[in-house]
Amino acid sequence: MTAADFILVALALPLLGGLGIVLAGKQPNLREGVTLTTAALLFYCVLQLLDPVLAGQHPAVTLLEPLPGLPVAFSVEPLGMIFALIASGLWIVNSVYSIGYMRGNGEANQTRFYLCFALAISAALAIAFAANLLTLFLFYEVLTLITYPLVTHAGSDKAKNGGRVYLAILMGTSVLFLLPAVIFTWHAAGTTEFRAGGILPADLAPATVCLLLALFMFGIGKAALMPFHRWLPAAMVAPTPVSALLHAVAVVKAGVFSVLKVIIYVFGLEALAGATGWLVAIAGFTIVAASIVALSADNLKRRLAYSTVSQLSYVVLAAALLAPLSVIGAALHIAAHAFGKITLFFAAGSIYTAAHKTEVSQLDGIGRRMPWTMVAFGVGALSMIGLPPAAGFVSKWYLVSGAFAAQHWLALAVVLASTLLNAGYFLPIVYRAFFRPLSADAEAHPHGEAPWPIVVALSLTAAGTVALFFFPDVPLALARQLVVAP
Amino acid sequence: MSLLAHAPALQVVLPLVSAPLAVLLRHRNAAFAVVTAGAWAAFAAAIALWLQVGESGVISYHIGNWAPPWGIEYRVDRLTSFVLLLVSGMASIVLPYSRASIEREIPRELHYLYYAMFGLCLTGLLGMTITGDAFNIFVFLEISSLSTYVLIGLGRDRRALSASYRYLIMGSIGATFIVLGIGFLYLMTGTLNLADMAVRIRDIESSRPVLAALAFLTVGISLKVALFPLHQWLPNAYTYAPSAVTAFLAATATKVSVYVLIRFYFSVFGESLVFAKLPLPEIMLLLSLLGMFAANFIAIFQDNLKRLFAYSSVGQIGYITLGLSFDSFNGLAASIVHLFNHGIAKGAIFLLIGGIVAAGAKAGTGPLPLSFDRLAGLSRRMPLTCFGIVIAGLSLIGVPGTAGFVSKWYLILAAMDKGQWWLVAAILASSLLAVAYVWRFVEAAYFRPAADEVRREAPLSMLLPAWLLVLGSIWFGLDTSVTLGSALDAAQHLIGSKP
Repeated sequence: MTAADFILVALALPLLGGLGIVLAGKQPNLREGVTLTTAALLFYCVLQLLDPVLAGQHPAVTLLEPLPGLPVAFSVEPLGMIFALIASGLWIVNSVYSIGYMRGNGEANQTRFYLCFALAISAALAIAFAANLLTLFLFYEVLTLITYPLVTHAGSDKAKNGGRVYLAILMGTSVLFLLPAVIFTWHAAGTTEFRAGGILPADLAPATVCLLLALFMFGIGKAALMPFHRWLPAAMVAPTPVSALLHAVAVVKAGVFSVLKVIIYVFGLEALAGATGWLVAIAGFTIVAASIVALSADNLKRRLAYSTVSQLSYVVLAAALLAPLSVIGAALHIAAHAFGKITLFFAAGSIYTAAHKTEVSQLDGIGRRMPWTMVAFGVGALSMIGLPPAAGFVSKWYLVSGAFAAQHWLALAVVLASTLLNAGYFLPIVYRAFFRPLSADAEAHPHGEAPWPIVVALSLTAAGTVALFFFPDVPLALARQLVVAP
Repeated sequence: MSLLAHAPALQVVLPLVSAPLAVLLRHRNAAFAVVTAGAWAAFAAAIALWLQVGESGVISYHIGNWAPPWGIEYRVDRLTSFVLLLVSGMASIVLPYSRASIEREIPRELHYLYYAMFGLCLTGLLGMTITGDAFNIFVFLEISSLSTYVLIGLGRDRRALSASYRYLIMGSIGATFIVLGIGFLYLMTGTLNLADMAVRIRDIESSRPVLAALAFLTVGISLKVALFPLHQWLPNAYTYAPSAVTAFLAATATKVSVYVLIRFYFSVFGESLVFAKLPLPEIMLLLSLLGMFAANFIAIFQDNLKRLFAYSSVGQIGYITLGLSFDSFNGLAASIVHLFNHGIAKGAIFLLIGGIVAAGAKAGTGPLPLSFDRLAGLSRRMPLTCFGIVIAGLSLIGVPGTAGFVSKWYLILAAMDKGQWWLVAAILASSLLAVAYVWRFVEAAYFRPAADEVRREAPLSMLLPAWLLVLGSIWFGLDTSVTLGSALDAAQHLIGSKP
C-alpha cells in the first residue's frame, strides 16, 4: 500500500470498527475485542505514515469535491502527524481503561458509547489529516455532533444541561465565527488549502487580518479561549474515559491543532507579525484566570477541566508569539499535555471507580490505598507544572525560549505565574493523598486499587509522560519541520 | 427517439391522464397504480429532459405544432429541468409512501379521490414549470391550487377544513393578482408567450401598466410562495393536511412558485427593471430577513411538531428569496440550489412525522400524537424515525456534510460579494435559531423519559421513502454535481455571465 492508501485506511478503520461494535453489541467481550483490535490496527496504520513524513514527504489524497474548487482532501504534514499519533496511540490505552471503567461502574448503553467513541476518533484523525479549511471545518463539526451523545451519556437532567452548553458554545462559535472566517478566506484567497507560508493575499488591510484572526481564534471554540471556555467544564458530566481521551486529548487538541494550522498555514507566521498582541494578552489572561478558578474548585474533574482550559491557552500563547522556538513548543505541548492530562483523568476515574470519591477534600490518605493511581497522578501533575522528569518540562522549555527570543516579557510573566498556580492546585492533592491520615469516614469503607485495566492504562500513560521527557526525538523532529522552510 | 422528442408534452400529459383514470376506476388500488405509474413516467421524462438540456441546451416544444408566439410553447432550460426533476421526483417518492399513510388518515372510500387530486396537483405544478406561456401558467396554477385545497381538506382533523378554506381565500386572491398582472402584460405587449413578451417589453418597460403588472405578479406569486408576511395560510395548511400531502406540498408547491417568480423577474421583466430601477431588492431583502428571524423564532415555541416545521418552512423560504434579492450570480445559485436542498430535507421530515402519526394511530393514542409531551422518549419507540428527523434537521441548520451547507455557503458568499457583513452575521444567526428548534425535538425524543418503551416503528413502506430523502440530504451535501451543477448553470443562463 502507498502512504496515501494508509490515510484512507486510517480514516475508514474506526468506521469499520464502529460497524463491528454494533454487530457485536450483544456480546460485550467480543465488542471490546473489536474496539481494541481496531485501535491497534489504526495505530499501526498511522505509524506507517511516520517515516514518509519524517522524510519530508506529505502524502495526500482527495476524497471528493462537494463544491467546485473546494475538495474534501487529506494531506499529512508534521503537525497533523503529531496529533494523529497521539489520538490513535492513546485510543488503545483509553480503550483498555474504558473496559475497566464502564464495567466497574455498571454504565448503561455501552454499545452506543464504544460506537460514538470510534466515530469520534475517525473524525479527530480526519481533522489531523485535513488538507484544507473546508475539510477541517467539516470534521470539526462532525466531531462536535458525534461527541454530544457521549457527553450526555448519563441521560440525566444534569447531562442534558451539560450537553446544551456543550452544543450551544461549540456550535454557536463555529457557525457564527469560524464559518464566516472560512468563507472569507475562500473569498479573499480563492483557495482554502493549507500551504506553508500562508494563503491569504498580501494586500489585506491590517485591520482585516486582525478581524479575521479574531474570527478564527474565537470560532475555534474547542481551543477554549476565554470567554468561550464554559463548554469544557460542562462536558465533565460525561463518563471519565470520555473526559480523558476526548476532553483532554482528541476534542480539545483538535481545537488548538486547528489554531496552529490556521496560524501557520493560512496566515503564515511572517504575515501575522504585529497582529497578535491582543491574542497573547487573551491567551495569557485565560491561562491565569482558569488556573485561579481551578485553585478554588473542589470537584476533582472540574479542577482538571479548568487546568485543561489553562493549558490549552499555552498552545495558543506559544503560537501567538510567532517565534519559531515557541511554535515548536506549541506543537510539543499538544503531545506533552495529552499524556499528562489523560493520566490525571485516568486517576480521577480510578478514584471514582474504586472509592466513589469526586471531591479533592475527600482524598486524605488515599495514596496509601491506591499507590499506583496516586503516583501516576503525581507524574501527571509534574508534567502540568512543567518540572522534570515529565514531558511538560520540554514543551515549556521551548515556550520560554521562544518568549525570550521574541523578548515578550508579558508572556514570560504569565508562564511563571501559571507554573506557580499549577503547583498551587496540584501539589496539595498529592500531599493530601500521601501525607494526611485517612478520615474516619474513609476508615469505615475499605477499598483497594481500581480494576486492573484501569491501573494498567494509567501506569502506561504515566510512563509515557516520563518517556516523552527522555526521548522527545520524534515529536521534536516533527515540530522542527514546522518552522524550517520546505 | 420520437417518444423522446415528445418528452416535454409527456411530462405533463401523463400525470394529467392518470387523474381522471383514477376517478373512472373508482378503486383505491387501481387508482394508486395508475397515478403512481403516471408520476414515475413523469420522473423518467424529467430525467430525460435534464440530460437532453445538458447536451443540446434549451428545448422549445410547440404544442400541436403551432409555432409560438401563436401556439403554446413548452420551454425547458436548465432551471426548468431542475425544478421538474424535484417535483416529479418528490411525487414518485411520496406516492408509494401515501398508500400506508392515508390508510390511517383518510377514510377508505375517499382514497381514489386522493390519488386523483394528487395526480392533478402534480400536473399543475409540472405544467407551471414547463410552460412558456403566461396564461398557461395561470391555468396550471389554478389546477394545482384547486386540487391542493381538496387535498388539505382531506385531513382528518376538522381544522383541516378551515385551514383549506383559508388557503382557498388567500390563494384565490393571489391567483387573481397573478391573472391581473398577466392581463396587463398582454394588454401592453399583445402576446402571451414569455420569450416574445420579454422582447416586446424592452421598449415600454417604464410604462405604468408594466410596472403595475410587475407589482401584481410580485404580490400574487409571493402569496403562493408564502413570503413573510403573506405566509399566514401556510402553518395551518401544513399542520392539518394529511402527512403525505404536507410532505409533497412543503417540498414542491412553494418551490414551484419561487420558480415562477424567478421566471418572471429574470426571463420576462429583466434584471435591469426589477432590480436596478425599482426598490424591489430592498423590499425583498427586508421581508426575507423578517421571515428568517420571525418565523424561525416562532417555530421554536410551537408545541405541535408539524407546526414547528411548518414555521421553519416559512423561515427557509426566507433564505431562498434572500438569495434572489441579491441579484447576483452566487445569490441566484444559492436560491436555486436551496429550492432543492430544502425540498428534500423538509420532505423527509414531514414523511417521518407521518410515520409517527401512523404508529400512534395504530397504537390507538389518538389523532395527533405530535405534541411535545407525546414525543417524550420517542427515540426508544421509533429510533430510525427519530434519527432520520435529526439528520434532515442538521441539513436545515446547514451543518457541513449536509445539503443545507451547500446552500448556506453560497448564500454567505453572495452576501460577501456585496460586502454586506451584517447580512453574513444575520444569515448565520438565523441558522442558530434552526439549531434551537431542531434540538427541542432532540431533547424531547432522546432525553425525556418515555411512557412505554415498546418498539413500534412506522411501516417499512413509509420508512423507506423517507430515508431515501434523508440519505439524499447527505448525498447532495457531498456530491453536488447534479444540484449545484444545475444551479450554477441555471444562474449563469439567467444572469448572463459569472461575476
